[in-house]
Amino acid sequence: MVIQKGKQPQRARLAVAGARNATESVFGASSRADRIGNVLFRSLLLLGMGFALLGMVSIIVWSFVDGAPRLDMNLITAGPSSITPETAGYRTAILGSLYVIGGVILFIVPVGVGAAVYLEEYADQTRWWNRLIEVNIQNLAAVPSIVFGILGLAFIVRGPLDLGFVAAAGSLTLSLLVLPTVILASREAIRAVPPSTRLGSLGLGATQWQTIWHHVLPGALPGIITGVILSVSRAIGEAAPLLLVGAVTFVMFDPSFFEGQFSVLPVQIFNYAGRPQEEFRVLASAGVILMLAVLLVMNSFAIWLRNHYENKNAR
Amino acid sequence: MPDNSGHETTGTAPGTTGTAPGTAPGGVGTASPDEVPVFELGDVSVSYNGNPALAGVTMDIGAKEITAFIGPSGCGKSTLLRSLNRMNDLIPGARVRGELLYKGTDLYGASVDAVQVRKRIGMVFQKPNPFPKSIYDNVAFGPRTVGMKGSMDEIVEKALRGAALWEEVSDRLRESAYSLSGGQQQRLCIARAIAVEPDVILMDEPCSALDPISTVRVEDLMAELKNHYSIVIVTHNMHQAARVADRTAFFSVQVDDTGRRIGQLIEADETGTIFTKPTDKRTEDYISGRVG
Ligand SMILES: Nc1ncnc2c1ncn2[C@@H]1O[C@H](COP(=O)(O)OP(=O)(O)OP(=O)(O)O)[C@@H](O)[C@H]1O
Ligand SMILES: [Mg+2]
Repeated sequence: MVIQKGKQPQRARLAVAGARNATESVFGASSRADRIGNVLFRSLLLLGMGFALLGMVSIIVWSFVDGAPRLDMNLITAGPSSITPETAGYRTAILGSLYVIGGVILFIVPVGVGAAVYLEEYADQTRWWNRLIEVNIQNLAAVPSIVFGILGLAFIVRGPLDLGFVAAAGSLTLSLLVLPTVILASREAIRAVPPSTRLGSLGLGATQWQTIWHHVLPGALPGIITGVILSVSRAIGEAAPLLLVGAVTFVMFDPSFFEGQFSVLPVQIFNYAGRPQEEFRVLASAGVILMLAVLLVMNSFAIWLRNHYENKNAR
Repeated sequence: MPDNSGHETTGTAPGTTGTAPGTAPGGVGTASPDEVPVFELGDVSVSYNGNPALAGVTMDIGAKEITAFIGPSGCGKSTLLRSLNRMNDLIPGARVRGELLYKGTDLYGASVDAVQVRKRIGMVFQKPNPFPKSIYDNVAFGPRTVGMKGSMDEIVEKALRGAALWEEVSDRLRESAYSLSGGQQQRLCIARAIAVEPDVILMDEPCSALDPISTVRVEDLMAELKNHYSIVIVTHNMHQAARVADRTAFFSVQVDDTGRRIGQLIEADETGTIFTKPTDKRTEDYISGRVG
C-alpha cells in the first residue's frame, strides 16, 4: 500500500480526484442558497435566544441597581409598613410564601405523582372516562391562573371547604393551579422508564405495585423532581389567584397556616411597587432580587437533586 | 424411544461445539420418560385484539429437560412462551384460550393468581434487561419481593454461581449492573431468574444479542440448569436447538383464505427426530434452510 502510494499512476490519481470531487459535491460543499438559508436560520435562533437573555439580564441588572440601597437585614427580618419604607421589609410575606409553598409541595407531590401513576400504569386508555380525564388535565394546564383564583374563592375560601382567607386556602388554590403540570411532567417521566424494566420485574413474580415502587418510581424520580420544582417555582411567583383568596398586603403578625391573614412575596412586591414614594420602589426592587434569589436556590437544588438521582440510577 | 433419538442428537451435533454432544444426550438419558410433564397444552389458541396469532397447539412440555421452540418469524413462539407464565396478561387485547395445565392445574383458572404463576415460572428476555441497580440488588430483588428466608448474601452468591457468573463479579457486587458486558448481563438476568428458585425458566431468544463465546457459556449454563429446572427456550438458531434441546417443537405460519396469518404447531418431538427424520415436509424444508 505505502509503496504503491508513491508511484500511483496518473490515471489512478485522476480517478481519485474525480471521486473525491463527486463525493464532496454530494455531501460537502452545499449550494449557495443552502448556505444563506443556514446562516439566516441560525441568526434567527440566536436572535430569539438573545431576546430572552436580554429580558432576563435587564430585569436582574435593573433591580440590582434600583434595589441595592435596600439589600440589608431589615429586608428579611422587618415586617411591612406603609409609613417607614426605609426600614420596612418582607418578613411576614416571606413566611406567608413559605407556608403557602410548603402546603403546595405537601399536596402536589402525593396527589400529582399518584394521578400520574394511575394514568400511566393502571388506567385502561380505551375507557372513555380515562380519556376524558386525560384531555381535561391537558386543558387545565392551559387555564389562566385567575380562573383558579375564582375557583379557590368559591369552593375553598367559601363554599364546601369554607377555610376562610388563610394560607391553607392559598396553598390549595395554587396546588390546583400547578397540579396539571406536575401530573403531565410525572407521566412523561414514568413513561420514559423502559418497558423492559417493568417486564423484568413482573417476570420475577413481583406484583404491579412492587414493580412501580422499586423500579418505575425510582427510575422516574429525576423527572418527577424536575416537574415538581418547576411547578413550585411557578407557584412562588403567582400573585393573581392569591389576591382573590385573601393574600392581603399588610400583614403585621407572623402568619400561620390555618388561621389569620397572610400575604406572599409577589403580592407584597406588587403593592410596594405601586406606591408613589421613591423609597417604596427601591424596596420593591430589593424584593424582586429576594425572589430571584429564592428561585435560584430552588432551581439549583432541583438540578442537584436530579443529577444526584440520575447518577444513582444509571451509571 | 428416547434412547434412539438421543443417539441421533449426538450424531448431528458434534460439528457444532465441543461441549454440546457431551451434555445433550446425557440429558435425554436422565429425563425419565414417565416423569409427569410440567405443561400440558390442549388446543391452545392466542389472539391479539380478536386476531388469532396462534391456534390449536396441543403438546406436552417435559420436566427437567430443555424444550426448544423453533420456526419462522411471526409464527407465535414468543406468544406461546408468554402464555406459559401469563406474561400475556400484561398485553392489552391478548387472549388465551384452550387448556393450559401446569402440573395438572389450570394456569388460567379463576382462582390462579398470575403473580404466583410468575414466581414459579420465571422468564429471561431476548435483550438483557438488568435493573439500573447494583449487581447484588439485581439478584436480591426477586428473593426480597418473594420474601425468601435465609441470608441474602448466600442467596445471591448461590444464584450467581448457578448462573456461572460468580467468579467474574464476586469482587464488584456493588457496582452497577450496567457495567457488565452484554453476555454477563444476560447471565445476570438468568441469575436473577433462578434466585427465586422457580420451577420453570422460559427464555425468549436469550442468546440473540450475544457473541458466540457468551452464547456457548449460556448454552453450557442451560445444560447445567436443566438438572434442577425445566427450561423452555425460543431460538432462531437451529444449531442451538440441536445442541441444547432435548425436545424441539416446530411452529409455522398458516395463511387462511381470508389472508390472515395464523401460527401453528407443526410437530414436536425429540430433537434428534426433528432434525434427522421429521414427519412433516414443512419441518424438513425449514430445517434444511429451504424456507425462512
Ligand atoms: N403485543 C402484540 N400485539 C398484537 N399482536 C401481536 C403482539 N405480539 C405479537 N403479535 C402478533 O402475533 C403474531 C406472533 O408473534 P410472536 O411475537 O409470537 O412471533 P414469534 O414467533 O416470536 O416471532 P419472532 O421469531 O420474530 O420473535 C405476529 O403476527 C404478531 O404480529
Ligand atoms: Mg419472538
